[in-house]
Amino acid sequence: MYDVNELPALPAYEWEHAKKHAFLTRELKELTRFHAEHCPEYARMLAAWGADAEAAGAFEELPFLPVRLFKEYALKSVPQEALNRTMTSSGTTGQQVSRIFLDRETSALQSKVLSRIMSEFIGKQRLPMIILDTSAVIQNRAMFSARGAGILGFSMFARDRMFALDENMRLDAEGLKAFLEKHAGEKIFLFGFTFMIWQHFLAELRKQEWTPDLSNGVLVHGGGWKKLSDRHITTEQFKRELLETCGLTRVHNYYGMVEQTGTIYMECEHGHLHAPVWSDITIRRGGDFSVADVGELGLIQVSSLLPRSYPGHILLTEDEGRILGEDDCPCGRKGKYFEIVGRIKRAEVRGCSDTYEQRTV
Amino acid sequence: MSNEPFERLCGADVGGARPLKPFDGAVLAFLGDLSAALLAHKQARAYPDVVTFGFFCRRAHLEALREEYAGALDSRIGRGVSFHIAPSNVPINFAYSLVSALLAGNACIVKASSRDFEQTRIVCRAISRLLEGEHAALAPYVSVIIYPRERQDITEQLSAACDVRVIWGGDETVRRVRTAPLPPRAVEITFADRYSLLAINAQSVLDMDEARQKRMAQDFYNDTYLSDQNACTSPRLIYWLGAGDTVAQAQERFWQAVHAYAAPRYPMEPVVAVDKLTAACRAAIALPGARFVPMPDNTAVRVEVDALPGEIDAHRCAGGFFVEYAAETLDALIPVVERKYQTLSYIGLDKEALVRFVRENALYGIDRIAPVGHTMDFSLTWDGYDLIRTMSRRILAI
Repeated sequence: MYDVNELPALPAYEWEHAKKHAFLTRELKELTRFHAEHCPEYARMLAAWGADAEAAGAFEELPFLPVRLFKEYALKSVPQEALNRTMTSSGTTGQQVSRIFLDRETSALQSKVLSRIMSEFIGKQRLPMIILDTSAVIQNRAMFSARGAGILGFSMFARDRMFALDENMRLDAEGLKAFLEKHAGEKIFLFGFTFMIWQHFLAELRKQEWTPDLSNGVLVHGGGWKKLSDRHITTEQFKRELLETCGLTRVHNYYGMVEQTGTIYMECEHGHLHAPVWSDITIRRGGDFSVADVGELGLIQVSSLLPRSYPGHILLTEDEGRILGEDDCPCGRKGKYFEIVGRIKRAEVRGCSDTYEQRTV
Repeated sequence: MSNEPFERLCGADVGGARPLKPFDGAVLAFLGDLSAALLAHKQARAYPDVVTFGFFCRRAHLEALREEYAGALDSRIGRGVSFHIAPSNVPINFAYSLVSALLAGNACIVKASSRDFEQTRIVCRAISRLLEGEHAALAPYVSVIIYPRERQDITEQLSAACDVRVIWGGDETVRRVRTAPLPPRAVEITFADRYSLLAINAQSVLDMDEARQKRMAQDFYNDTYLSDQNACTSPRLIYWLGAGDTVAQAQERFWQAVHAYAAPRYPMEPVVAVDKLTAACRAAIALPGARFVPMPDNTAVRVEVDALPGEIDAHRCAGGFFVEYAAETLDALIPVVERKYQTLSYIGLDKEALVRFVRENALYGIDRIAPVGHTMDFSLTWDGYDLIRTMSRRILAI
């Protein structure tokens, strides 16, 4: 296996298909063996699969776990005493949440790789940071989940930091004005969750009829489009609104999940999500789980070299998307680029037992 | 009438209806005409479940059912008013519940699913026409209604005034409805969550010619995929009987035939494929020695196990997920069959021997034994209840 300490130093978006694929195959096979030796549940799934990691010629042949398993099982590949953090997904009240067990090595790897990816988009310098969310999200322990962890994770790129929304989700206009004056002329890093930005930040700006000048800013946002697409809001609309209300032109969405923190998929200047060298996207057909063609819609599998303390290196998500191309995005970044179409829909099943939907949103 | 808190799809207020004798002539005439109306109905023919219901109600069939009681109903009379809660996701079920209670001699208030099923509309329109016409005398015996299940006040009101309550829809619905008290003398029939399995004599599959294998595949499809493998009668466990080699060959033929039949017919959402993979992973974690059997696609997800633990029934998933176990005898079922077990369907086995197996081993479960393809056939004995006897009372004259 690649020396963990050397992994973050790899170039994020330079390797072309053959090199990256051979590298990922070798490393993911190694991780598969490692987790089979250290996580009994994983070993049993592998045995049931009849999978022989040694025999796999490509990482696409390795078993993939449904991401939902992390909501039901405490899957870990390190002894209890080595764990230093448990991350949970930001499920709504009443929903089961994923629990991801991290040791020092895996958390450090996550931070370093995230930082390498971010530096490709906001530069190596630490920047003044505006968090387009409420400070309550990291103060309130009950809310401290993926949202809080995300904010803290991205805060390492900041040298001065402010929350744009107060505890009651109202825009802190005075604070924001002062922050912008203090950092006039500087590049500013903005971070937030897509839906919070739309629902609270942009809505507050519209309400106050205030158009702060954020044209020096680079906005990174994530957390999924589900709530926005439910409201029929498109990427274009979202970006147009940001441009019109505060002059933001550099806006990068990202795709990522708590089960594979660190290896996020950043949106480039051309609107494409990119797989960095440490991870990859595979699209599978629902009918037989075979690998889909470029451009074909299917289930998203995410593979990442970072999960070492838990067997989450190859996961089948419940998101749908399609590969747009590989190594030839006009932005110049190598590797696969793709788009997310949304969450797969829950079918209405027949049957004698009534179904009781848990509607929490 | 208009101040009733629910919407009535057909029939009238049942207040004042006197109990009838089981298989009353007027009821048989009404159901016979309903059958004729449904079977002649152009639209109805598009719905196999409506057609099957139409066949069930044929006068000759009902008379044959009456004959099975061989005079044992002569001292019986209906209990009075029956109140039925039909399941929300099986369209035609309300009609069978209604017919059973009418045949037992009761007036019926049936809460149908509030979902907009065409089948419900077709049946209710046909009933309305008959009750407004020559069967007007039966109008006070039929009331098919809908209301939201959250309206517990309506459930309470109807429960307080009934003599028989019939609850479909599984454990959760039974639990909810049961919080509404019944009068002290009322009886209740509950249809809880169940678990069903299929036993296959491996040699019998090998003995079939291709045409019979295809029919077997179709029968199996009707028992499973046709209802998303989510009916209480749908097998989730396949118990193979035979020696190792014979079973392996029979499995190959069986699944080839099932796959060939099901794959082009069963529309499967990607989410169902993920559900089944998740169920397979759960089984692998919980059941040591479990193996995923490779298949050409996700239509059928198969997990082979070496042992049947008590919680084997937890390993289920709608839409084509099967746990398979093989042995020379059925004995591995003896310690695991619990009250939850409902239908034992079979291929190439003797039904009398299966009944003996259940009785002689004093099993807690298995209420129905049916050949493959017939698990869903409605009968007046369901889930171990004789519906006619349970919904009527016997007058004892000494």
